[in-house]
Amino acid sequence: MTQPILAVSGLSKRFERKLDVVERFARRLGAAVDDSVLHAVSGVDLTVAEGEVVGLVGESGCGKSTLGRMVAGLLTPSDGAIHWRGTDLRDLPPAGRHEANLKIQMVFQDPMASLNPRLRVADIIGEAPVVHRLVPRRNAAEAVAEMMRTVGLDPGYMRRYPHQFSGGQRQRIGIARALAVKPDFLVCDESVAALDVSIQAQIINLFMRLREELRLTYLFISHDLGVVQHISDRTAIMYLGRIVELAPTPELFAAPNHPYAKALLDEAPRVTLEKRRFAPIRGEIPSPLNPPAGCPFHPRCPHAMPRCSQERPDLREVAPGRWSACHLNDAF
Amino acid sequence: MTQPLLRVENLQTHFATRAGTVKAVNGVSFDLRRGEILGLVGESGSGKSVTGQSILGLVDLPGRIVGGRVLFDGEDLVTAGEKRLRAIRGRRIAMIFQDPMMTLNPVLSVETQMVEAVLAHDKVGRAEARRRSRDALGRVGIASPDERLAAYPHQFSGGMRQRVAIAIALLHSPDLILADEPTTALDVTIQAQILFEVQTLCRETGTALLWVTHDLAVVSALADRVAVMYAGRIVETGPIADVIQAPRHPYTRGLLDSVPSRNRRGVPLRSIPGMAPSALDLPQGCAFQPRCGRADAACSVMPDLAPDAHAWRCWHPHDADAQGAAA
Ligand SMILES: Nc1ncnc2c1ncn2[C@@H]1O[C@H](COP(=O)(O)OP(=O)(O)OP(=O)(O)O)[C@@H](O)[C@H]1O
Ligand SMILES: Nc1ncnc2c1ncn2[C@@H]1O[C@H](COP(=O)(O)OP(=O)(O)O)[C@@H](O)[C@H]1O
Ligand code: SF4
Ligand code: SF4
Ligand SMILES: [Mg+2]
Ligand SMILES: [Mg+2]
Repeated sequence: MTQPILAVSGLSKRFERKLDVVERFARRLGAAVDDSVLHAVSGVDLTVAEGEVVGLVGESGCGKSTLGRMVAGLLTPSDGAIHWRGTDLRDLPPAGRHEANLKIQMVFQDPMASLNPRLRVADIIGEAPVVHRLVPRRNAAEAVAEMMRTVGLDPGYMRRYPHQFSGGQRQRIGIARALAVKPDFLVCDESVAALDVSIQAQIINLFMRLREELRLTYLFISHDLGVVQHISDRTAIMYLGRIVELAPTPELFAAPNHPYAKALLDEAPRVTLEKRRFAPIRGEIPSPLNPPAGCPFHPRCPHAMPRCSQERPDLREVAPGRWSACHLNDAF
Repeated sequence: MTQPLLRVENLQTHFATRAGTVKAVNGVSFDLRRGEILGLVGESGSGKSVTGQSILGLVDLPGRIVGGRVLFDGEDLVTAGEKRLRAIRGRRIAMIFQDPMMTLNPVLSVETQMVEAVLAHDKVGRAEARRRSRDALGRVGIASPDERLAAYPHQFSGGMRQRVAIAIALLHSPDLILADEPTTALDVTIQAQILFEVQTLCRETGTALLWVTHDLAVVSALADRVAVMYAGRIVETGPIADVIQAPRHPYTRGLLDSVPSRNRRGVPLRSIPGMAPSALDLPQGCAFQPRCGRADAACSVMPDLAPDAHAWRCWHPHDADAQGAAA
């Protein structure tokens, strides 16, 4: 295999935090609420090939954004390594790390919250490439115009402010800003979640066109399984800070291996002709403050065995290219 | 046929803003029978929320209902007084909002709020009210409801707060629930659990449900009928399977075609060009004209919505047999 553009190994992020009233109370009642360490991401291994789109799905709080922000250099990992084109970022001098970080840009969910309302579009898009000396200041307007055309915005609007645009147009501005520093890799964190269906389709098409035109690689974070199924080559499913299944997208959606992946795919609403009987799911998503011992999914898993509450299953290759973290895959 | 539980007739709600009059709801009519689930779908700004607010007399200023009737069990709520509306809200019509803090009081414990909600409308003792509250929490999937009753809203995650708000709405088995995007911010497994509870309630107690959302997938699985709104008007309505199988209005068709799972994987999604028009600057006639591939001169006159079970507001509708979706 050729060298992956990105490889993370053993990547973890812990946050220190204070217990709130309910948790202190629960601990007084004898609940095993751990000290105040929140395990947002725990020991994630993932490689991404150049030009690939890897989808990352999972429920709120499972650590998708935290993983994405570490990859984009916006958060420092607590443990583990990030290799960019084969080089461990920790081994690079600050200048080299800075350069690598510019190559990985992030596109956020809420275009309004991530754009400075007091800046004109020309400055929002043009600032970073000028500061990083990718574009001389006198050519900034030209570069901005080109970026705007790339994402389907009329350059005639470059003197306007973000509030003068619709949600879909603002998301195009956010994408143009990320592209302005000529990245190779985009981390898209719920980048179409806030958009209406008809506009969402336009932005997804834009991402797909940019992938071809600019040879981009994506880590595409979304809670929308239909979106991920449509655009990603491989899909990773996260649960409580860990990847529990990773596989080529068509195979994963056709036949998920991990019981959590199955539950998630079953519950995902789809446009159907049949009326659905919704089924209640057992249990709640456990807190990352106090992850269950053994397999993190065992309190909700219909297949849990005694072993599952004691021993954590590793993410293993269960078939060529298919990875799953479940004891059911051990030979009987 | 018996009279519907809710009949909305030619409802018009306008906002007088400095920039001009926003006709947020511009002649909306629909019926809802007991036990029936109607999905109201459309893009943001199409008037879904204002429709729901108008039914309950909760429209924010400078909004005003300028025409039409809202007949609830035969009684017109548009002309009913505030006192009468207050008696109906909570007991006979419950409302669930996208933001649960519209329902919850941040300074009172969940127990206080739920028990008060029971006592306000039912003559039962405190212990019974507490038992009902605890059961309602359990039904929306809140673990250890006994301990959770003592907590305050800020001690819950967003998803749990929404479930508390829904539990409060379910307390009285109301005749009608108006739900405005209540699961949009929730995870799919939690959403499924809430849809299960709501569906069960409607089936078992005959509660009618108006479910406002932009999510066609949820509506397709949950609703009996659907009404699609665009720029303040219903542009298509009908039994859910008919509308999904054979959407007649170009906008409905475009919406369904944009859903990723109805497109072949990896190829560009079919999408609706352009964007929703400004409410202050609607075209003459059909509001969908600038985005519609079928528009012609006829479309500068507003088409009617026929009073049929499956109806559409369009001069050049798609054929009934032309299936749009590939999947
Ligand atoms: N700066 C922080 N300080 C403390 N805890 C944090 C911080 N950032 C994230 N967390 C916690 O880490 C966990 C993972 O959060 P993260 O934002 O990565 O989740 P997510 O999968 O992106 O969820 P969502 O789908 O809601 O965006 C959560 O429990 C969250 O509360
Ligand atoms: N308080 C208000 N003042 C002025 N205009 C409003 C107000 N509330 C809603 N509107 C307008 O009414 C229209 C319909 O809004 P709404 O019902 O909230 O849409 P939806 O719920 O379908 O997203 C929009 O054009 C919106 O801008
Ligand atoms: S390891 Fe056990 S509990 Fe975990 S998913 Fe597999 S069967 Fe279920
Ligand atoms: S009336 Fe005309 S413009 Fe409107 S949806 Fe029908 S064909 Fe399109
Ligand atoms: Mg996130
Ligand atoms: Mg709304």
